[in-house]
Amino acid sequence: MSLFLDYSLNGIANGMIYATLALALVLVYRATKIINFAQGAAGMLTTFIAFSLLSRGVGYWWAFVLVLVIGFAIGAATERILIRPLHGRSELNPVIVTIGLLVVFEGLAGAIYGNASRGFPAAFSQSGLRVGSTTIAFSHFDVFILVAVLILMAGTLVLFRYTAIGLRMRASAFSREIARLLGVRVGILLSLGWGLAGIAGSLAGLLVAPTRSFGPYYMDLILVYGFTAAVIGGLESPVGALLGGLIAGLCISYVGGYLGSGLEPLGALALLMVALMARPEGIFARPAARRV
Amino acid sequence: MEPAALARSLRLPRQPMVRHLLCALAAGAVLYVLTARLNQYNDYQVGEIAAYVVALVGLSLLTGANGQISLGHGAFMAVGAYTMALLMNHTQTNFILELAAATGVAAAAGLVLGLPATRLKGPYLAGMTLLFALAVPSVADKWPNTFGGDQGLTTTVPTAPGSLSPEEWLAQIQIIGALVVMVLVANLLWSRYGRAFRAVRDDEIAASLAGVHVARIKVMAFAISAGCAGLGGALLSLSTGIVNTGEFPLTLSIQLLAAMVLGGTGTLIGMVWGGILLVYMPQWSTSLSSDFNLGTGANAYLATIIFGLVLIVAMIAAPNGIQGGLRWLWAHRPHPGRGGSDAAAPIPISTGK
Repeated sequence: MSLFLDYSLNGIANGMIYATLALALVLVYRATKIINFAQGAAGMLTTFIAFSLLSRGVGYWWAFVLVLVIGFAIGAATERILIRPLHGRSELNPVIVTIGLLVVFEGLAGAIYGNASRGFPAAFSQSGLRVGSTTIAFSHFDVFILVAVLILMAGTLVLFRYTAIGLRMRASAFSREIARLLGVRVGILLSLGWGLAGIAGSLAGLLVAPTRSFGPYYMDLILVYGFTAAVIGGLESPVGALLGGLIAGLCISYVGGYLGSGLEPLGALALLMVALMARPEGIFARPAARRV
Repeated sequence: MEPAALARSLRLPRQPMVRHLLCALAAGAVLYVLTARLNQYNDYQVGEIAAYVVALVGLSLLTGANGQISLGHGAFMAVGAYTMALLMNHTQTNFILELAAATGVAAAAGLVLGLPATRLKGPYLAGMTLLFALAVPSVADKWPNTFGGDQGLTTTVPTAPGSLSPEEWLAQIQIIGALVVMVLVANLLWSRYGRAFRAVRDDEIAASLAGVHVARIKVMAFAISAGCAGLGGALLSLSTGIVNTGEFPLTLSIQLLAAMVLGGTGTLIGMVWGGILLVYMPQWSTSLSSDFNLGTGANAYLATIIFGLVLIVAMIAAPNGIQGGLRWLWAHRPHPGRGGSDAAAPIPISTGK
């Protein structure tokens, strides 16, 4: 029973990270109807930048904030330079471009920092909290993950629901042409959507790095788990991303705990296939007529 | 040059089956002479190219003809290679049957993975196949006793007949495999199934109104494509003599995609360019990095970076790839009259809505 509790707590902590990446994918998908397969790799690259800053003696929180800003810049620049020229072409083209970007980011990190796995410092202690006399599988750092992700989620929700910019972003996601006719500067808002996704991706990178062996490929699995979470949640809704992240985190943690960690990707694949076959539009998405 | 256009100018028979066979026999004869002339190392590389071409033809059929995308073809190659190696190590099966089994098991995996694909649009399928590409190596690592762990499983090439060198014989096996697959796929694309593939790619609703069973066609294309990848993986593992998880990382799947795009998505001959790129790109990048005095650490990643950059630039600037460019040149060649519009129109993946 205590094993089950440990796996559950571990699943929640990991699920919050998957939710962060899922949120990044959702923000990009809402803005441009594209899955950004380079999202995880961009987070990996910015985390390596944080690693360089930290090793040069910059304080953790300065590096943290700076890296989120860099993540924003990379996301917005990607949309402006690489994605916008593809507008109106086949949906396969942006998939292939973001895959190309994934490879370039991983190649750059590998060329500059090498293939060796490193340790990345955590902001808080990673030893388990004590409840009464027992130690549970949930650390101070996991609490920090939970809080950071919930703040990010709340911020996104407030932005979309209660601000003028959020309204314009929703309008340009709904219909570019109509929004443009109404005087919304759609281009900037699309870049903004990608930039916000860049922040979420960088945050995911920073939060994952201390918990895994930190190298050029450490975000690959996080990306696909985040994708699974985003699909479960419906690809359009931030709340769906959060719940999808928790579902994916728990399922993957149970598979890893009871069947062995080598089967985690296969478990995620099974979960994704079930989710896609049962409800391809996502559990939390409102049913919408498919455009003919 | 592209077979159909070449056939017209050479006045080859009109029946696609006969024409494809004639082209394949001619190519086979040329390559037979070539492998006899080349040294062992070049034979080895020609064979590797042929093995990659088998997998790329499958990918080209899937993306170019049917409009589906796969980021997991490296994993299907792994499925085929492991199937063949397991049969080689545990049974006394005929070599041809082993290759057939590799194809069949990979096709079956493609069938299962393709089932949800029937309801999916591009990005969903891309994500699912990406997850598959990551899952296969970790499954193989999970049971090291069966799959050999890091050491992997060994593969053996059947003994060469007569005075052929092993490299020459291996290259010929792989070339025959590539030619057989190309003829079969070329015929398939000319058949009513090929037309159904393209109809589904262009407009699913119109295709189903015309009586095409959309879901069945999509699964079929995915399974055939995966089968090609499985055979390609089995043939490739004959070159390395070993099958382990390090041979089939996620980057292989992405490099296959890049090679297909650069070669010319939807073409078959273009996949030869793709195969050549896959085999020679690492060499070129090694010499490039030594020219620029980059460290050995950076060297290993330079090919990856170049592949990624070229993929991005090609997708934005030249989505029809090398073969698309050659077809454009052929269509716009100086002689007026023949050619023109009917020789043009490669299958661009940049069409759609």
